[in-house]
Amino acid sequence: MGALLVVFRKEFNENLRDRRTLLSALLLGPLLGPLMFGLMVSRMLEQSVASDEPVALTISGSDTARNLTRYLQSQGVHLTMAPMSEDQARAAVMSGRVPVVLVIPDDYAARLRAGTPAPVLLVADSSDSQTRKTADRARQLLAGYSSAIAQSRLQIRGVDPLLAAPVLVVDVDVATPSGRAVVVVGFMTYFVLFAVLMGGLYLAIDSTAGERERGSLEALLSLPVARSSLVGGKILATCVYMCLSLALSLGAFVCVFRFVPLEKLGMSANLGVGTALAFFAICLPFVPLGAALMTFVASFTRSYREAQTYLTLVLLVPTLPIAFASIYSLKTRGSLMFVPSLSQHLLMTSVLREEPVAALDICVSAAASLSAAIVLFVLIARHWRRETMLG
Amino acid sequence: MEASARSKRAQRGIPRMIEAFGLSKRFGDVQAVRDVSFVARDGEITGILGANGAGKSTCLRLLYGVLTPDSGRACIDGIDILGETSKARGHLGVLPHSAGLYGNLTALENIEYFGRLLGLERRRLRSRTAEIARVLGMESFIGRRAKVLSQGQRIKTALARALVHDPGNIVLDEPTNGLDVMAIRSLRELMQSLKAQGRCVLFSSHVMQEVAALCDRVVIIGHGKVLADGTLQSIRDGNAAASLEEAFLQVLESGEGTG
Repeated sequence: MGALLVVFRKEFNENLRDRRTLLSALLLGPLLGPLMFGLMVSRMLEQSVASDEPVALTISGSDTARNLTRYLQSQGVHLTMAPMSEDQARAAVMSGRVPVVLVIPDDYAARLRAGTPAPVLLVADSSDSQTRKTADRARQLLAGYSSAIAQSRLQIRGVDPLLAAPVLVVDVDVATPSGRAVVVVGFMTYFVLFAVLMGGLYLAIDSTAGERERGSLEALLSLPVARSSLVGGKILATCVYMCLSLALSLGAFVCVFRFVPLEKLGMSANLGVGTALAFFAICLPFVPLGAALMTFVASFTRSYREAQTYLTLVLLVPTLPIAFASIYSLKTRGSLMFVPSLSQHLLMTSVLREEPVAALDICVSAAASLSAAIVLFVLIARHWRRETMLG
Repeated sequence: MEASARSKRAQRGIPRMIEAFGLSKRFGDVQAVRDVSFVARDGEITGILGANGAGKSTCLRLLYGVLTPDSGRACIDGIDILGETSKARGHLGVLPHSAGLYGNLTALENIEYFGRLLGLERRRLRSRTAEIARVLGMESFIGRRAKVLSQGQRIKTALARALVHDPGNIVLDEPTNGLDVMAIRSLRELMQSLKAQGRCVLFSSHVMQEVAALCDRVVIIGHGKVLADGTLQSIRDGNAAASLEEAFLQVLESGEGTG
């Protein structure tokens, strides 16, 4: 136990002096998630505000469709008259000079008068999310105009327009404000786990592959110290850095949530200090597992570079169950609590949704992660006792 | 002080030395070391001489217990390195082939880290580091980060680290490899002073001049076997050669014949 603490103190202090460790553990890892999250939400806010703005439309051939033009203007559409052919309109939209063009063919008025369907062309790029919104609005307005004409045609012929509307669809959205927020916030749980792993990334490398590359490993291994104490001290130091990174990350999330006006999106964020503390408690058992996993992988590598390559992949490991969960939209369930990272993701999501969380689920999640950590620790200690460890 | 303590122990008849008894080690298809026996005594510098790949490092690694022999055993001061690993290693200071330091720690912190791992209590650690720093002439750089030290300063720090628990026996694996002239010179002086303190010094080298300049005894190893073992004079005499170099070549040739 004494040697374990000596190793822990040395690894902790040494890495405190390493700029690379500090950068990844205490800056990049914890702040990347909150930063990206803040950017994403602000962008969504921009877009939602944009939908209330008047739609700007370029129209060609408005002379042949005076009524339609007037109708659009009365609906608050900002029209720009620019006569152009269909091909010209295509080119203009493709080059991005104008977002959406409404082309009214010359025979529009004649067809309308004859009572045959009169095509109008709505030229837009559906791969551009911004103009797609404009095009959708224009399509809605045009459909409204079309049905207004249809109704008056039916009325003129003495038919009740209601007969042409046999089914009426009414949307009822039951998403609660915080439930809707989960859609946005769902990926945040990954960033929390990512911050945990990033916090220990360089320490896990430095204390294993780094030790070998530096040439200090053999001297260390020739000391009369149990290998399990060496490994234990190294993993403990990695854990402490991971906890620091986790705490910083959660703190940053709390700050971001305070400044990002989520209510404007019709969501309530529910990420105050209390939730952050709950997140910390939920993720705490994942910390030794992450530290053991990274130390395990790094112990088998020969050099710093090799360790970096493999550990970058390890950073993605917690995404797999989370991606699986979102594809199959899994909800908190007893059996899923045995899967580390997934269980933490589900528990955090439940807390965020303000759903009740069973104490048993929390215990199972913690026990599963800790047992996996212990198994890995035993494997690492066994590997360190092997002669091949000398390299 | 240390020397007198050791001589007292010597009077009580406690054996102090490094002994190898029939050590053998195989890696896959390669028999790295076969039936190696020798003794390195207190107050002497013993050199293990051999070409690259002759099995010197494997031999030393078996002695300080990071490798387990297939057969045979090694003792430090009469303590079996496998049977009582911790106790035996307490009597042994090791400067491995790659004796890297922790760049972000100071020279002193590097030494203290090993001292703490060896279980030295605080007061003893402080007096030991002060003493080593004085003996090795490290005062001017002991507070500097290891990454900014010169080669000579690094080798001193690594040696100080190996000596922090005041071991009676020192094993150095090709200690002069990659060092510049100044660093080699200070290392030689250090080894001489360790010998003068009555310690048992065992080191490996593939450079004959080095061995000839430093050693009281030489163990020549080729293809993992001991080809010759004795004082410089006895090896020269035994091969009727004028220089150690000639003797070395003769020994190697005869070794090839039987190997």
